[in-house]
Amino acid sequence: MAILEVKNLHKSFGKTEVLKSVSFSMEKGEILSILGSSGSGKTTLLRCINFLEKASGGQVFVDGSCIFDASSKEKPSPAVMRERQLNFGLVFQSFNLFPQYTALENVVLAPKLQAAERADFKENKKKILSEIEQNAMNLLDRVGLAEKAGNYPCQLSGGQQQRVSIARALALDPKILFFDEPTSALDPELTGEILRVIKDLASKHMTMVIVTHEIEFARNVSDKIIFMDGGVVVEEGTPEQVIGNPRHERTRAFLSKML
Amino acid sequence: MDKFIEVFNSLTSGFGLNCIIFLSTLVLAIPLGLIVAFGSMSEFKPLKWLTKTFVWIIRGTPLMLQIFVVFYAPGLLFEIPMRSRLTAVIIAFVINYAAYFSEIYRGGIESIPVGQYEAGQVLGLTKKQVFSKIVLFQVIKRIVPPMGNEIITLVKDTSLARAIAVAEIIMQAERFTKEGLILPLFSTGLYFLVVNGLLTLLFGYIEKRLNYYKG
Repeated sequence: MAILEVKNLHKSFGKTEVLKSVSFSMEKGEILSILGSSGSGKTTLLRCINFLEKASGGQVFVDGSCIFDASSKEKPSPAVMRERQLNFGLVFQSFNLFPQYTALENVVLAPKLQAAERADFKENKKKILSEIEQNAMNLLDRVGLAEKAGNYPCQLSGGQQQRVSIARALALDPKILFFDEPTSALDPELTGEILRVIKDLASKHMTMVIVTHEIEFARNVSDKIIFMDGGVVVEEGTPEQVIGNPRHERTRAFLSKML
Repeated sequence: MDKFIEVFNSLTSGFGLNCIIFLSTLVLAIPLGLIVAFGSMSEFKPLKWLTKTFVWIIRGTPLMLQIFVVFYAPGLLFEIPMRSRLTAVIIAFVINYAAYFSEIYRGGIESIPVGQYEAGQVLGLTKKQVFSKIVLFQVIKRIVPPMGNEIITLVKDTSLARAIAVAEIIMQAERFTKEGLILPLFSTGLYFLVVNGLLTLLFGYIEKRLNYYKG
């Protein structure tokens, strides 16, 4: 069964139709890259799936169960919404770290708040919190920032901040991790460190959806590539098909500009 | 020497009233301002416009007029005269300063980038947690300088209480001018300078403490 299935997603801002019936699906452990020029709707697609925008039409399924249906009238409770939200992790283009917290505090904030709601939290408080801290340190170590755990975001480079934000998303153990142009806000010499982290996650079969402009990287790391233009999926397939041998004129035009 | 003690005592007791007005206003207007701020940011339009109109009227008219209205209106309009002049002054000050504080809060809250809320949301935080754990602290850091400014103005504004004959420090000092003494009047300035000097130091210290991060 597909871990993520998106069916006929529509999104309009006023009269502008940004997504026109976008559908795709992916399997567990797969890495899907979404390519397309700015304004093609790829970021909006990501934001709709992650509940940051409300799609005007369509459905989203995770592991076969519907987590979003635009035609549904019922409004899920905040608790249900959170549970659905936590299927996903999202890494933002502009990191959005919390400036008043250290790298480690950024990573542990949400897990600690979640743990506080557990029934056995009071009895095992110390143990639970130290597990969360330990897990967060392991994640920071994994993105190569164990020594920076005590630093505030303003003391870190853009690449380091983005790596902290990846660790922060991983700390909640999402089923699918989304990246919204994770290297676009970075100086070119810093993109490499982010791409290395994503590759490392790929080698551990993390299910990921990556919106990116890094064509070469997408070709290397992805199992599947979607090319979007004008709010529709123009072309979909393996990297060899979409990048190596594009069938559509629009894909070819885009790739010739980018490569 | 006796004169000096007499002046010192009456100025100090007058300044006691200034301090009472100052502290009561601070304690009450700081939370009330937050309620007003939420009202002016409400998505419920009637509440939003009601609050905005309230803020417009309060900020658009003189505080002295507001003091007169609070003191005289209940008696003249409803025949329930205001018993205590000091209470009337404090009510007027609290309303006035809540309106000013609310605008500072609103500016602070609205200046927080939307990405902070979104990051909180995708991490599964409730709206309450996003506000209390992420936004609030950043707002406090941003509003400390304008709040410091406003609070220093409040210290000086307390002398407006004399408008309805609350015997605050300047009114006390003015009595001595009839005896040909100008020094008491000058001395009142010292009281304000000392308090505001201390407040300036305090706010400088708070700002410095909050400066452990940028952004």
